[in-house]
This record gives sequence, structure tokens and C-alpha cells, in this order.
Amino acid sequence: MATDIQGAEKALELKFYPLDQFMVEPLFGDGPVGLFTVTNVTLWMALAVLATIGLLVLGTSGRATIPSRMQSVAELAYGFIRKMVEDVAGKDALPYFPYIFTLFIFILFSNFLGLIPGAFTTTSHIAVTAVLAMMVFLTVTVMGFVNNGAAFVGMFWVSSAPLALRPVLAVIEVISYFVRPVSHSIRLAGNMMAGHAVVKVFASFAPMILISTGIGILVTPMSIIAITAIYALEVLVSFIQAYVFTILTCVYLKDALSPHH
Amino acid sequence: MEGDITQMGQFIGAGLACVGMGGAAIGVGNVVGNFLSGALRNPSAAAGQTATMFIGIAFSEALGIFSFLVALLLMFAV
Repeated sequence: MATDIQGAEKALELKFYPLDQFMVEPLFGDGPVGLFTVTNVTLWMALAVLATIGLLVLGTSGRATIPSRMQSVAELAYGFIRKMVEDVAGKDALPYFPYIFTLFIFILFSNFLGLIPGAFTTTSHIAVTAVLAMMVFLTVTVMGFVNNGAAFVGMFWVSSAPLALRPVLAVIEVISYFVRPVSHSIRLAGNMMAGHAVVKVFASFAPMILISTGIGILVTPMSIIAITAIYALEVLVSFIQAYVFTILTCVYLKDALSPHH
Repeated sequence: MEGDITQMGQFIGAGLACVGMGGAAIGVGNVVGNFLSGALRNPSAAAGQTATMFIGIAFSEALGIFSFLVALLLMFAV
């Protein structure tokens, strides 16, 4: 009898696979994933692009003086990022505004689409965010040298510090400059991955009531409430991380445009 | 009792790496707390500095994310 109950409990064990949702799988069939395989990443990236087109092209195509709801959302996003670029990086950075806005909208839609239950979060992969961060890093470095010539290297020589400290600071500045793409990409990917994994861990606690009614009657409602709360937090985090990614792009761009800070 | 000593090391290491997240929590709390106390002294200047606050949060949070990454690497990649 006792072994029977134990056997039944074994069958209904709680299963924790919080990271299974980040598996890259081919969309059609189940062959190996090559360079040009259409995977779920491709699908959700394409959906993010379609959603962007829907909001920014179709939403504003009316060009109404009194904007519709879609148009005002699009205008709000545009104005918000434009003001941020102006405030953080200065008027000189406005030629780069289309690039920064593209980054923001793509990351925002990838994050928000990833929040749909069962969806795939493309930005939770370092491979995706690393490409975005490397593009920013290369743009900033190249534009820094184009705009300032060799004087761009002077950014590492902190002229406001005491002379004895300057070589040490220069080393630190160089290291922190090259760590930028790493932290820039890992911040976004790590945040998205951690949030989704936490939701999944709480979701794994939810079927507790099927295993033991005694503990389950407490744990199951608590985990469902926790999923709701964490999900609300994730909506906020999705927006803030897209915002942080773009704001750091602006900060880096400011260095390239006027290296003497 | 199952598994071996390598696995035990992995789990202990992953747990220890998570201590770093506490450090990030202290850092982010510091940034926002100081921002708030400054903002309450001079509310008119606060709106212009929210961007700076987010930059500060992002920088201190990155190190917490690094420790989370180390934990994940220990659990799944080693």
C-alpha cells in the first residue's frame, strides 16, 4: 500500500524545465538547425517586424489631424524616443535617430511578443542581442573615428584627473570601452531570460494540488498569484529594458560625437 | 544520495554565484533611493534626471545579470 502511494507520487512529480522555452527548433520538420533553417526565432522576429509595420506604417497611414488610437501610440513612441535622443546625446545625434528608433521598436516588440504565453522570446538569446550590441559598438567606434579622427583615442586619456592617475585610468577606460558590447547585450538577454524562467518556475509549482491536497491548497493559489504578479512586472521590465538599451546607445553615441566629457 | 562530487560543486557554485544578485539589488536600491530623496528635495529638477537614473540602474544591474549568467553557466554549460 505504502509503495503504491509512493509510486503514484512518483508519477505526478513536479517537473521543472524553466529553460526549455528557449530552445531553438526548426519550424518545419525536425532536422538539424543550419544557417538558413527557418526556426521559431525566425518566425517571432518576422512577427515583430510585421507588428512594427502594422503600428508605424498602417497605423499612421491615415495622417489624421485628430489621430486615431493607433496613430497616437505611434506618435507617442516617436516623440518619446526623439526627445530622449535630443536630451541624452544632444542635437548632433539627431541624424542617428532613425537607427535608434529602429532598435527601440524592434526590441520593444520582440519583448512584448515574447510575453504571449507559448511565444518565443527572441531577445532572450545572447546571439540576437549580441548582434544588436555589436552593431551599436561598431557604429559608435567607426563614427567616432570619422567625426574626430585620431583625437577619438583621447577619450581614454582623462585630462581632468591628476597626472599620476591618468595611465591607470586610461587602462580602465579602455577595458570598460571594450566590455560595453558584452554588458550591453547580456543585460537585455539576461533580463528577458531570467524573467521568463521565473514565470516558468512558478508555473511548475502550480499543479501541486494534484499531488497533495494538503500543501497544494496553499501552494497552488499562491503560485498562480505569483505568476500574475511576475507577469505584470515582466511587462514593465520588457519596456524598461528596451528603453535602457536605446538610452545606452545614445550615451555611447554621445562619446563618439563629442569625446571630451 | 545520488550524483557525484562534481555535480555538488556545480550546485554549490551556482548558489554562491547568486549572492552577486543581492549585491545588484543593493546597488539598484541605492540608486533609486538616492534619486528619490533628491527628487523630493527638488521635484522640479527630477523629471529631467530620470534618464540618468535609468542609466545608473542599468549599469549596476548589469553586474547582477553577470552573476546570474555565471550561475546558469555552472548549471547547464559546465
